[in-house]
Parts: sequence; C-alpha cells; structure tokens
Amino acid sequence: MTSPRQRLLGWLHPRPQARAWLLLGPGTIWLLVFFLVPILIMLVYSLMPRGVYGGVDPGFTLEHYRRFFDPLYLDILQRTLVWSVACTVICLVLGYPVAYVIARAGRWKNFLLFLVVLPFWTSFLVRTFAMIFLLRDTGLINSWLVQVGVNPISMLYTPFAVMVGLVYGFLPFMILPIYASLEKLDLSLLEAAEVLGAKPAERFRRVTLPLSMPGVVAGCLLVFIPALGSFLTSDLLGGAKQMMIGNLVQNQFAAARNWPFGSAASFIVMALVLAAVMLYLKVKDREQEEAR
Amino acid sequence: MTGRLPRWLLGVTLAVYAFLHLPLLVLVAFSFNDSKFSASWVGFTLDWYYRLLERPDIMRGLKASLIVGGVSTVISAVLGTLVALALARHRFRGRTALEGFLYVPIVTPEIVVGISLLILFALVKIPLGLTTIVIAHVAFCLSFVVIVVLARLEGMDQNLEEAAMILGADEITTFWKVTVPQLWPGILAGALLAFTMSFDDFVITSFVSGSGSSTLPIVVYGMVRRNIEPSINAISTIILLVTTALIYLADRLAREK
Amino acid sequence: MVASPPPPSPSAPVVQLAHVTKTFGDVKAVNDISLDIQRGEFFSMLGPSGCGKTTTLRLLAGFEQPDEDGGEVRLMGEVVNRRRPYERKVAMVFQNYALFPHLSVERNVAFGLEQRKLPKPKIADQVRDALQMVRLKPDVFARRMPSQLSGGQRQRVALARALVLEPAILLLDEPLGAIDLKLRKEMQLELKALNKQLGTTFIYVTHDQEEALTMSDRIAVMDNARVAQLGTPAEIYENPRTAFVAKFIGESNFLEGRARQSDGRWELEWEYGGCARLPAHPGLQEGRMVRIAVRPEWMDVWPSGEVPAGENALGGTIEDVIYLGETMHVLVRVPHAGTVTVAVRNEGQLIKPLPWKRGDQAAVGWLPEDCQILEES
Repeated sequence: MTSPRQRLLGWLHPRPQARAWLLLGPGTIWLLVFFLVPILIMLVYSLMPRGVYGGVDPGFTLEHYRRFFDPLYLDILQRTLVWSVACTVICLVLGYPVAYVIARAGRWKNFLLFLVVLPFWTSFLVRTFAMIFLLRDTGLINSWLVQVGVNPISMLYTPFAVMVGLVYGFLPFMILPIYASLEKLDLSLLEAAEVLGAKPAERFRRVTLPLSMPGVVAGCLLVFIPALGSFLTSDLLGGAKQMMIGNLVQNQFAAARNWPFGSAASFIVMALVLAAVMLYLKVKDREQEEAR
Repeated sequence: MTGRLPRWLLGVTLAVYAFLHLPLLVLVAFSFNDSKFSASWVGFTLDWYYRLLERPDIMRGLKASLIVGGVSTVISAVLGTLVALALARHRFRGRTALEGFLYVPIVTPEIVVGISLLILFALVKIPLGLTTIVIAHVAFCLSFVVIVVLARLEGMDQNLEEAAMILGADEITTFWKVTVPQLWPGILAGALLAFTMSFDDFVITSFVSGSGSSTLPIVVYGMVRRNIEPSINAISTIILLVTTALIYLADRLAREK
Repeated sequence: MVASPPPPSPSAPVVQLAHVTKTFGDVKAVNDISLDIQRGEFFSMLGPSGCGKTTTLRLLAGFEQPDEDGGEVRLMGEVVNRRRPYERKVAMVFQNYALFPHLSVERNVAFGLEQRKLPKPKIADQVRDALQMVRLKPDVFARRMPSQLSGGQRQRVALARALVLEPAILLLDEPLGAIDLKLRKEMQLELKALNKQLGTTFIYVTHDQEEALTMSDRIAVMDNARVAQLGTPAEIYENPRTAFVAKFIGESNFLEGRARQSDGRWELEWEYGGCARLPAHPGLQEGRMVRIAVRPEWMDVWPSGEVPAGENALGGTIEDVIYLGETMHVLVRVPHAGTVTVAVRNEGQLIKPLPWKRGDQAAVGWLPEDCQILEES
C-alpha cells in the first residue's frame, strides 16, 4: 500500500538527525576525504624520513622540522612573516582612507564599492601578469622612463616588486571590512563630539577610529592570512631569490623532490594561518564580551 | 557630502583606485597593440586575438577549463545546496563543529590544498588528469556555494513550505515545487561563483593536473614564464571579460528578491 | 472536558484534543489541553501572545507533534498524532498568506488540486468557482502574480486556495492581522458567512477579542498554555469565570471583600466598612475572600445618596469624564477601592449633556445580580 517514497519519508520523519545527515552526507564526505584526510596525510608525511625517489620511507623523524632552524630556511620563514606584516600595514595605510571616503560617499557608495570589488574577483594570475607587464625591464613603466630620458630601473625580481604585487592583490580585502564597520558608525556620535568642542583630528582619533576597530582587525587578518600562504606573487614577481614559504613548498614538490620536507613546510604555513584565525576569533569574542 | 572631505583624502583615494585599475586597463589596451615588443603603442590590431584561435595549446586549455569548470560547478552546486538546506532547516548534533569545518577550506592557503591532494593521489595511485582537477575544485568551491545558498535560504519564508505540505505535497514534492523555485537565484549565483573560481584557479590546479591536462590558467602561466608577448594580453583580456561578466551576473542574482 | 470515544453518529465532534501537551525545551507551550470542536462550528482560540493558541493550531495542522505522553489529537475520530500535514484532511490560511510567489493566482489556488491529481479541466473549473466564492473575478485575477495584489486580495486568494479543496476543517492563523480596520470588519463578516454557507468547521486563532466575539460560535480563552474558559461569546463576556478572562475580554471593575451570610442572603463585606449584596453562588463560603467583576455598562452614576433602593452603592468623587462617541466613560474615585469606570450611553453631549464634572460627589450603583463572582484562576 505504501510506496517506497512514502516508506522513506515515514522512516525519516521521526528521525531528525538522520534527515539532517542525509543532506549533509555527500558534501561532508567529500570535504573529509578530499580536504581533511589529505592534510592529515601531509602531516604524517612531514614526520617520516625521505625516501630514495623523494617520497617517504617508514619511520618517524623530526628532522624536517629541525631543518627550519637552518639559517637558509629561517631566512625564508622570516621573510614571509616580515613581508606579510609589511603588506598588511601598507594595505591598512592605503585602505583605511579609501574605506572612509566610500563610507561618506552617499549616492556613489555602491558604484565605488563595485569598483573595489571588481579586481578582487578577477583571476589572480591575470592581475599578477598585469604587474609584470608594467614592471619588467622592457615593460611599460621603463619604456616610458626611457622616453622621458631617464635610465630604466630594474623593478622585477626585487622585493619591491613582490611587495607591490602583494599589496595590489590584497588591498580590496582590507577596504571592504573597514568600510563595513565605518558604515555602521552612528554619525550623531560625531556630531555630539563636535558640539563638545572636539576638532576634526580629535574626533577621528577618539570616536571614528576606536569604533572602526573591528573592521580594521578583520581587514588586517584578511590580508595577513593569504599573504602568509601566497605563492604566485613571489614566484612570478620575485624570482628565485625572493622565496616565501609557499615557493619553498612548491620547490620541494617539483625540483627538489623532497616531499616530507615540503609537507613540513606546508604544515608550518597551515599552522601560522590557523594561529592567526584563532587570534582573530579570540579578539572577536573579547569584543563581544566588552560590548555587553 | 564629498565636499566636506579634505583634499588629501580624496587624492589618496583616487591614487588607490588608479593603482587598482590602471594595470588591468593597460593590459587590456596593449592586447590591441600592433607590436610584439609590448612597451609602446604602435597601432590597433586584432591580430593577437586571431592568433589565439590558431594556438592548439590555448584551445585545448580552454576546452579543459570549460569541462572542469562545468563538471565541478554542477557537483559543487548540488552538494553545497544540500548542505545549506541541512544547516538552514534542520537541528542536529555536531552543528557548530560542522559550520567551523566548512569555513576551514576558505582560509586554507591554496598551496596546502594543492600539495595535500597531490600526496593523496600519489598514495592511492590515482593518475593525475581532469578527474583529479575536478575533485580538487569541488573541494575548495563547496564552502562558497554553501555560504551563498545559505544566505538565500535564511531569507526565505518558511511558511511557504508549510503551506505546500498542508495542501497535500509531501517533503520531496514541496522541495521541488516550492523550495527550489524560490532558491533558484541563490543556487545559480553560487554556481556562477564556483565556476569563476574554478576557471581562474592556478595554484591548486598546477599540482593536481598531469602533463596532459592543462587548463587555461596553466597554459597562460607557461606563456608568462617563457616569453612575454601580446598574445598573453589577449587571452588575459578574454579571461577578464568572462569572469567579470559571470561575477556581475552572480551578484545580480544573489540580490534578486 | 474529556474526549469521548468516537461514536458513529454524524454529530460527533470533528476535532478532539485530549490532555494534549507540547513542550519546547523546558517550556510548556501547550499544557494539558482538552477540548472538542463540533462539526460546522466557528471556533476561536483567543488569548495574548504566547498563550499557546498558535501552537495548538499547529498541532492540529501537523506542523508540531504532541510530546511522547502528551495526549491525543483526534480528527474525525481518528488519532492523528504522528500524521504528517499532507496526510490530514485539513486546510489552512496563514497569517502572512504564504502565497507561492513564483506561481500565478490560479496556479496557487490549483496547487492542492494538482496534488490530488485531478484532471486539468476539472481543476480549472474548481479554481474559477473558488475565486468567485471569495469575490475575486477570475478573468481579472487568475493570471496575476501575488506581488501584484493588495493585502486583502492576497488573503482572499489564500482562502480560495484552502477552500477549493472542500476541507472538513479550515484552520486560520490570525489571517486578518495585517489588514486595515475597515476591510477587516468586512472580511470578518464574509468569513462568518462562508462558514455558515459551506458548513466547514472553522478554527480561528486571534488575539483580538472583538474579532472573536463577532465571529465565533464558541471561544476558548487561553492563558499560559491552558484554556481559561470555554464558552459562547455571551458566556465569556457576561460570565467570565476568572480575573484573567474578565480582564482580557472587554473591561471590568474588580472589587474585593469577605463573603458573609445574613438573613439567608449573601453579602460582600468591604474591608473598610459597608457591604454589597451578592447573588447566590456555589463557590461562596462564609468568611472567605471573594473577588467580583462588574462591567462598566452594568453600573450607573447617581448623585450622592440617590442610588435606587435594591441596588448596591459605592460613594465617591468624579475623577474624569471621557468621550468615546457611542458611550461616555465616567471615572469615579471610590475611597479604598480605586477608580471605578462606569459606561453611560451618550445621548448627545450637545443636546443632553451629562451633569458630571470633575470633583463632584457621586455614587455608583449596580444591581446585585449584575456581577460576576470570579474563581481562583
């Protein structure tokens, strides 16, 4: 009397857990198998000795992690951190004013936002190539310089180029969250401050800036985290001499054929990223506590 | 309103916008330059575009990107929508853990995703090719689809589903006749987003594609490494136009009431 | 009221709730409710937000299930506790209409019929009839989309969509809440007429007591997950059993005193001296504190000391006179008893004004039988 469909629905009805997991199942399994498990395997690999062909041999070792105390690799680690921080700071300095202007732009808000978001969604490879096109020795900037009678400057394959590329890539990530928190700012607070005699700079320092902090923190993390793991920018704009951790990882899986060491490097990146995320969540929690 | 803002502020903003957009505009402009040695403007030509058509590597790359994009988009859209449905409409144990888990792929560096999958495929001896690329793309697009569809679901009137059921439609019928039509713009927006991310991806793809299965970004990367010439500008312009159009569409769909 | 085993006669109750309880977390939304609803009745559940009326309706619809030992829900004699909404023969009209935005008016109305797999021509006919029944011209409205309709029109479509299925029971969840006053009154009468015309049992949830009194055959006044009183509009209004019901329905003056018997008659002895006569009532006990409710319209205002013999009297000072159009409310401050409101018919203040001014000495009077002795709620 009851069709298979009715029987299925009848069975599912009193079992809310089963219903939920039936829907979640496929997606969750996909992510578990093709995202979580690989990372766990990578972790295990990083603790195993290197095999003859670059793979792994059975056993347990911490040598790959110990290698990071080697000045060569410490250098890479340090460079990655320094550049990520530098990129974040530059993005903050450039991005905050832009976010501020957009928040006060009235009718133009949506259009200006769209213009910020647009490059953010285009292919990172294409954008990096655009930088190459501008910065290379025979690129646009240099040929213009030559035309004006100035000597060409070697910009590509320098830290400068990588920094420009990083800022270019991540600036929108800083602008959007700061804009979001500035937008929520209650203008009457500023008016009140004005009535109380505060000058513009003071008003900014004591009202606007503190209230936009959540956006600033979010923006900084949204830039810092991908900067840590970046690969393409330093690869195409920096060349072999400006290695970041991402490049080291790639190198170990391609030319150097040392998968366990590459895995260790990769895991270090992952750990740094997770640490930054935890920090962000902690800060957000504390903010919400204080807000109560 | 802008009148009250100090000049230097507006100046910085203008400079930043120029910084963000000029490089791309220049790139596009020089794709029409009638000179192989990029730097200065000689004349207008569509040559570089025609030449793209003659390049088998680009054509193959484009084909691979479209196939991979299509398949991974469909899979991501289906799986992602189901997950979003579960999150929006059902209460279950382990919910917060799952929500956290869904966000991890978004923050994980592409390098990590790429090599960990390479390790997996090597271990299980799966040959690298279009299939492994699709697997990887679904893994990192899924979370984005969930976010977009979830946003749409949470704005939906739950009474509609109840109304359908009291009119005699069981859960499955209600899903197809009421939930999906309402949800459709959100699903489409999520799908377009997934396609764009798949189409543009380089880092992850470079690790999980074999030598015979290069997608378009991989071909372009090869071109950039070998020799800078206006063909790269041309293919880049096309990629830009395609992704801009798709993102614009996705945005409009996501806003639709 | 306890549910009786389903008799085969046609006058059996069409809905029976027997000790139904529904808990959400640690809150009981519905607490041991039992009631019967008769075929063809216009039955309302009335109460403030959170009293459990909507949850009860949803239990009837099947969107919620009673707790494990939470009683029985019976429709047409059958226990339906575990039945899904699409397995029950009830129809529903939602508060925010819940029209399918992606379907036209006629597709909306046809939805339920399509689920029953009726042939297309038959569906088309029934849709036309349903639209005409709710006073929407099919030619004009059939192809329109819900977004093109006004609130009142959308509600009519929702009604048509439910009634086209010729249900035995129609559930209505505050359907007129978002509609403006004038139109609401019109639709109240239309709903009442449809109920009588079709013979369908209407189960109506509202927080508007006037609406309930206007339309219902019987009302269940609900408070805090329980039924405070169940009865006809007249019973509820004229004989409220508890203070809650007396307060929620219409207006009441509340007075308290000790019950005493004197010469075989019951009296209410005020704390501050004096007394009033009480009608006989089974709950009266010598020496026990009693609370009574006297509606403003059962009272009258007289000059001090001139309350007619045989009526109860309370002396006081005029505090205010409020103009309400049809009636005047005279507020009298009675020492130790607070402010008493008396409703007096307005016979035209410009022609025959009331003689009362603030500060005047006056007395309030009412017939002993015109009061409600309240039970402990």
